[in-house]
Amino acid sequence: MSNIPSELRYVKSHEWTSMEEDGVVTVGVTEHAQSLLGDLVFVELPEVGTIVSAGDESGVVESVKAASDIYAPVSGEIIEVNENLSDSPELINSDPYGDGWIFKIQLSEVCEMDNLLTADEYQELVESEE
Amino acid sequence: MPFIPHTEKDIKAMLAACGKQQLDDLFSEIPSHLQITELPNIDDGISEAELARLMQQIEVKDKYQLCFNGAGAYEHHIPAAVWDIASRGEFMTAYTPYQAEASQGTLQLIYEYQSMMAALMATQVSNASLYDGASALAEAVLMAARIQRKQKQHKVLLPINLNPSYRNVVQSIVGQQAVEICAVDYLPAQGTIDIEQLQQYATQEITAIAISQPNFFGQLEHVDIITNWAHENNILLIAVVNPIAMALITPPGEWGEKGADIICGEGQSLGIPLASGGPYFGFMCTKHEYIRQMPGRIIGKTTDTEGKIGYALTLQAREQHIRRAKATSNICTNQGLAVTAATIYLSLMGYEGLRRIALKSHQNMTALIKMLNEQLGLTPKFTSNYFHEIVLELPVCVKTVRNMMAKRGIEAGVDISQAYPELSNPLLICTTETKTVTDLTLYIDQLADVIHQLQMQKNQYPLEENVAC
Repeated sequence: MSNIPSELRYVKSHEWTSMEEDGVVTVGVTEHAQSLLGDLVFVELPEVGTIVSAGDESGVVESVKAASDIYAPVSGEIIEVNENLSDSPELINSDPYGDGWIFKIQLSEVCEMDNLLTADEYQELVESEE
Repeated sequence: MPFIPHTEKDIKAMLAACGKQQLDDLFSEIPSHLQITELPNIDDGISEAELARLMQQIEVKDKYQLCFNGAGAYEHHIPAAVWDIASRGEFMTAYTPYQAEASQGTLQLIYEYQSMMAALMATQVSNASLYDGASALAEAVLMAARIQRKQKQHKVLLPINLNPSYRNVVQSIVGQQAVEICAVDYLPAQGTIDIEQLQQYATQEITAIAISQPNFFGQLEHVDIITNWAHENNILLIAVVNPIAMALITPPGEWGEKGADIICGEGQSLGIPLASGGPYFGFMCTKHEYIRQMPGRIIGKTTDTEGKIGYALTLQAREQHIRRAKATSNICTNQGLAVTAATIYLSLMGYEGLRRIALKSHQNMTALIKMLNEQLGLTPKFTSNYFHEIVLELPVCVKTVRNMMAKRGIEAGVDISQAYPELSNPLLICTTETKTVTDLTLYIDQLADVIHQLQMQKNQYPLEENVAC
């Protein structure tokens, strides 16, 4: 059974998001996603300053057995990336919801957060895929 | 690994499992008017004896020709050991095996190949090879575009003095992938890249520049200046090099302050015979920082759970069987057998052997130039330093000269007039270490005689176009 924190919002492509009051959205991949990928060996981070739309490819996580795109869950500007992942991609395996965060987006359309899945909805998705 | 065909029993069992009576039923969905039952234009087979007779008849037409052709494919001496070892059953395969790690010997060989190529190029990483030199350059251009993915559009500078076939292949492969190719002129006297002309690109967003060393005319480029210029302007430097020459002149990893970023070229001269254009193989090397954007297979050295050395395919996540449409390349099969021969060739020659081959090739050209000058009054078209090829502008028709020389048992060089109409009867001549003083003297004597005869005809019948060319 995967850890799916209830305070976060999710997308079908297995990213999680958490929004601060100032409209900054932190993005990472879920514990379920990291367990499917296996040991991560490389993370390709987006450029700070890139403007993304929801669903855009915004990075790549590469494990010993696969490489998967990371999609922007919401639209906005990439304002920070987790540089620690360049040297320690395994942070995504060990702490996917904490030190393994990938990038932060300054949200342009607050209403887009409503399109995201709740923890319960994501839980259902994960179970249906298993 | 033995190939095990299906037995009649297997076939019956499989047909029964899918509810079919006979094999042809599997093709029943193809409309009958599209099915071909006879091949009227194909002759019946012939017996082995008849075939041997036919081949012998053809063989006598295939005379030995003294070869001064180059232009990207070179005649070098290949020690008998190279193909004797490469033809062993354990090595005789065109591919990296599908169950790769079960073939440790093949993987070790590719690992050694990668190590030697990276050392020869003075850089950090090599892949397990590509199809040929031209497609390796196209892959290098696409790789540069991936490295420069922040750029909104991709423009790549390809000098006109880079092999014209390579330029055509690059255009075919990258032309449909939103990469614009810009031509760069060469200096009419020197034959090398017009560095002044490059300056116009300094203010533009350019993905990469590819330069060949030596260039198609056999001349040596000012690689340090161009490499530094490229890096100052955020342009990646792609080096297209002759691997033999790299044992004698500065290898791309040491060009300028930072070295070339992507290095590629044709591997044929490393132990692969001139066989009507193939199979050859392409090589590609790069800096460690760009390894994830490099196409093709990479073999890594590791230790197993018992601490023993083992070899494994590594960084496979970039490849097509995992990454599908987003793979670094979908043309990343390698030329396993040709690479096997090249690895054996390199290990037999060693660095010193390669250096001597390169030096002898160069010295032969120096001797030939001297003879051309003294006995025919001809000097090379371009004035830059050369490796083992030069361009000669002939006073008579180059096509006729080539034909007449061929009839005398000499391949005189490559006619490059089609790709370079601005040159007058240009002949690209190559000398490798295989040529002796006797060969050079024969070449000069025959060329002098052929030119003399054609000039006589020209004087006699000045208006006949076929004589004037």
